[in-house]
Amino acid sequence: MSATLAFDLLLSTALVWSAWRTITANRLDQAVVMFIVFGLLMTLAWCRLRAPDIALAEAAIGAGLTGALLLDALGALRKGKTARRRQ
Amino acid sequence: MKRAIVIAAALVFGGLLINAIVDLPSSPVDLRIAVADNMANSGVSHPVTAVLLNFRGYDTLLEIAVLLLALIGLMAAGPMLPPPPNQPADALLQKLARIATPPVIVVGGYLLWAGAFRPGGAFQAGAVLAAAMVLLHLSGLLSAWNAQLLPLARRVILVGGFVLFLCISVALLAAGSLLQYPPHQAGLLILLIESGLTLSLAAILAGLFLFLSRDNGGAP
Repeated sequence: MSATLAFDLLLSTALVWSAWRTITANRLDQAVVMFIVFGLLMTLAWCRLRAPDIALAEAAIGAGLTGALLLDALGALRKGKTARRRQ
Repeated sequence: MKRAIVIAAALVFGGLLINAIVDLPSSPVDLRIAVADNMANSGVSHPVTAVLLNFRGYDTLLEIAVLLLALIGLMAAGPMLPPPPNQPADALLQKLARIATPPVIVVGGYLLWAGAFRPGGAFQAGAVLAAAMVLLHLSGLLSAWNAQLLPLARRVILVGGFVLFLCISVALLAAGSLLQYPPHQAGLLILLIESGLTLSLAAILAGLFLFLSRDNGGAP
């Protein structure tokens, strides 16, 4: 019992920490990676709440697709910046 | 000083929200009992799938319609530049994407099939397949889509799931009421609808990525 409680406390602390890091990170790439970490921790939280259906959707859409979209946007932003610097 | 006031206000508001959720009144109708009583007629044995595709199938129909509408809006408003030619990306990345794609397709099919009796279903399966397409695009094996030059087959897949769902609803409407499946055919109809939804959702979710993509994959 105490082991699961310790895990839950650790998980909720990590969730709040990653959410905080996502919005306060100075660099965009850090924020995107922390957002993906937050999505994966959220998946674990849904599993702990015994909602595996939502956990699957969160892992696939929240962390996977949205993370890939954000990383792609980041790459496009960076490419635009270097192109402007060259001009 | 200002910061302290903001933090204090946020803490008080957060406390109020937690309090409101903890003291939530119990719902007058226990839906879990209603769902459990009707599971035998639903055609599937997983309660979440039964609710999404049978008892509240209307919501799922509107959901896929909204996603399709979002994609059509994106195609109409998106940039009209033709996507740049695809350059081959890192060889290791391409090899990895080639190895990863077939198992991902199998996982998608499994999730679709598993939805009838355990967690899974069309949405998750579609998202997994869409992720495979995004992976292929990022490794330079699948070029970005151009809204104006989209082949007919892809357009059919994009709208197919919704049209199939709508046709089945209309056919059922003629037989009785909207989306009320006859108990004997319910399982087959749900599998048919979910298969269509999986393909369409995969194309729509990947389309949200591939129509917007302006880069040439993972090429440096």
